[in-house]
Amino acid sequence: MKVRLLDIAHARSGDKGDTANVGVIALRPEWYPLLATYLSRDAVHEHFRGVITGDVERFELPNLGALNFLLHGALGGGGTVSLKTDAQGKVFSTAMLRLSIEIPDEEARRLKVPGRPEFPAFTRSHKE
Amino acid sequence: MTKAAERTVRVASGQGFWGDWLEAPRRQVEGGPVDYLMLDYLAEVTMSILQKQKERDPNMGYARDFVGAMDSVMPAVAGRGVRVIANAGGVNPPACAAAIRQVAAKQGVSDKVRIGVVTGDDVLPRLDELIAGGHALANMETGDPLSTVRDRVLSANAYIGSVPIVEALSKGANVVITGRSTDTALTMAPLRHEFGWKADDWDKLAAGIIAGHIIECGAQCSGGNCLYEWQTIPDLANVGYPIVDAVSDGSFYITKHPGTGGRISVPSIKEQLVYEMGDPHAYITPDVVADFTSIRLEQAGDDRVRVFGIKGRPATDKLKVSIAYRAGFKAVGTLVYAWPDALAKAKLADRVLRDRLKNLGLTFDEMLTEFVGVSAAHGPLAGELPEYPEVQLRFGVRGPDKAAVERFTRELAPLVLNGPPSVTGFAGGRPKVEEIVAYWPALVDKTVVQTKVEVA
Repeated sequence: MKVRLLDIAHARSGDKGDTANVGVIALRPEWYPLLATYLSRDAVHEHFRGVITGDVERFELPNLGALNFLLHGALGGGGTVSLKTDAQGKVFSTAMLRLSIEIPDEEARRLKVPGRPEFPAFTRSHKE
Repeated sequence: MTKAAERTVRVASGQGFWGDWLEAPRRQVEGGPVDYLMLDYLAEVTMSILQKQKERDPNMGYARDFVGAMDSVMPAVAGRGVRVIANAGGVNPPACAAAIRQVAAKQGVSDKVRIGVVTGDDVLPRLDELIAGGHALANMETGDPLSTVRDRVLSANAYIGSVPIVEALSKGANVVITGRSTDTALTMAPLRHEFGWKADDWDKLAAGIIAGHIIECGAQCSGGNCLYEWQTIPDLANVGYPIVDAVSDGSFYITKHPGTGGRISVPSIKEQLVYEMGDPHAYITPDVVADFTSIRLEQAGDDRVRVFGIKGRPATDKLKVSIAYRAGFKAVGTLVYAWPDALAKAKLADRVLRDRLKNLGLTFDEMLTEFVGVSAAHGPLAGELPEYPEVQLRFGVRGPDKAAVERFTRELAPLVLNGPPSVTGFAGGRPKVEEIVAYWPALVDKTVVQTKVEVA
C-alpha cells in the first residue's frame, strides 16, 4: 500500500549555502524501519525532480528514528543570492512529507500504519 | 552520589539570531535560576552587514540589539551573578564592549561588571598575506580560489571555538563578547569552564557542542516552528526559551522556566537536532568533531528531556572562514490578482512583464517568477487547483548591472493600469534594489589564526 510520509513522519529543514537539508523523523519509533527501508535516496531524488538541480545525499540516524537528506542545488544559489521566497529552505520539510512510499500490506498492517480504511484514524501522542 | 545531588550548570538561550524576540533575554534571567545567558546574534551574512556599518562609522560594526538586551539583564548580572556570553561583537568587539560599559555606568554597577573581549577572528586585514602564503581559501562548495572574487571581498572571519571564551571566564569576566565565535561554543565554553573539561575530553566537548546546537536557535527547540502536534503546543505567546541543565559527565537536560508556554519533548528536540544538519557522523567544530548518531534522548518529566550517550572525536587542524563579497544586485516585486481566474491573470501578467523586459533589451543572470498561494513554497509538488480566490505574482531579477535592475523596478506598477484586470496590492511602491552580499565558505589552517582575550 502507498503511505504518505505526512502520516508516519515529521520533519524540519534548513540551509547550508545552495543546499537544503531535510530531516525526516518517524512519528513512532517502530515506524523508523519503514523510513530506513523504503525511503531511498532515489525516491527522494525523483520526488524533487524539477525542484532541485543537484544530487541527493542520504544519512541514517537510527538513534533518533530519523533520516537526513541533503538536497543540492535546491535554493536558487542560496542565502542572499537567491530570489526564491524560500531562500533558506524552511519549507522543504513539508514538501518532503508530500512523498508517498510503497509498503507491503502485511508490514503496514502489523505496524498499524495509518491510511487504510480498516484502521481507525491515528491519534498522535507527544509522549513517546 | 545520587544524580539529584550532583552540581548542575544552567545555560539559558536568550537569542537565536539577530532580530529574535527582544523580551527573551530578560525573561530568561527573571523566570528562574540560571548561571549563564547565551546570546547568538550572527548568521552567515551578518558579518558583512556589520562590516559595512563599521566602514561608515568606526564605532559601529556590532549587534546593536545586544545593548538593549544587556540593559534589561544588567540587574541579574550585577546583582545575582548571572554571566553573559554573546557573539554580539561582530566585526568590532571592543566598540561593543564600550557600549556595554556605558550601560553598566548608567545603571551604577560599573564596579560589578568585568567584560571579556575576544578578538582575532577577523582575518580581512591579512587576506592578501594569506593568499600570498599559499592559502587558496577555496570555496568549499565550488572549489574556486578566493582570488577570483578578492577585489569584491567585504569581510572575512574565522569561526573560533571555546578556548578564548573559557580563558575570559577563568580570568573573571562576567560578560564575554566575541566576534565570529561558533554558535555552539557559546554554550559549550561555560560548561567546559565550570566542569574543567580537558582539551581532549572529546565525548564531553561533543556533548557541550550538541547542547549548544539544541539551544542556539532559541525557541526552535521548545515549541517554536515545531511541526509535531503543533496544534496542541500551549501558549506560544508566552513561549519559554530553552535552558541546558548540565552535569559534569557530559549528559544534560533541556528544559525551560516553569509557567512559560511552548513544549519541550523528545520530538521537539529531534526536530532541532536535524536542523541544518550535514553528515550526522561528523559535525565539525574548532574544538571537536561531534557524532549526532550517538545522541540518546529520553523524556525526563514535563518539558524536560535528558540527552546523553554523546560521542566525539578529535578536532581537525582547520578552521572554517566566513567570507562575504559583493555579488551584484537584485530586486523583487509583487502584485495581487483576484478571483475569477486569479492564476490565469497572474500568468498573463508574468508573460507581459517578460516581453517588456525583453523589448527593453534588459538582461539578467536570473529572472524568477513565483505565484504565491499556488507554488512559491512547494513549486510543482503542490499541483494546481481549479480555482484560487487570489494569487500573488512575485517577480525577481538578479544581475551585475545595477541600472538594469533599477529599470526593472519601474515595470511593475504600470501593469496595474496597462496589464490584466483585477489587480491590487501595489501600495508598497516600487521594489527596492538591493546589493547582494554573498557568502564564501573556506578553510584555513588553525595555526594562522591567533585569538586574543582581554578582561577589564
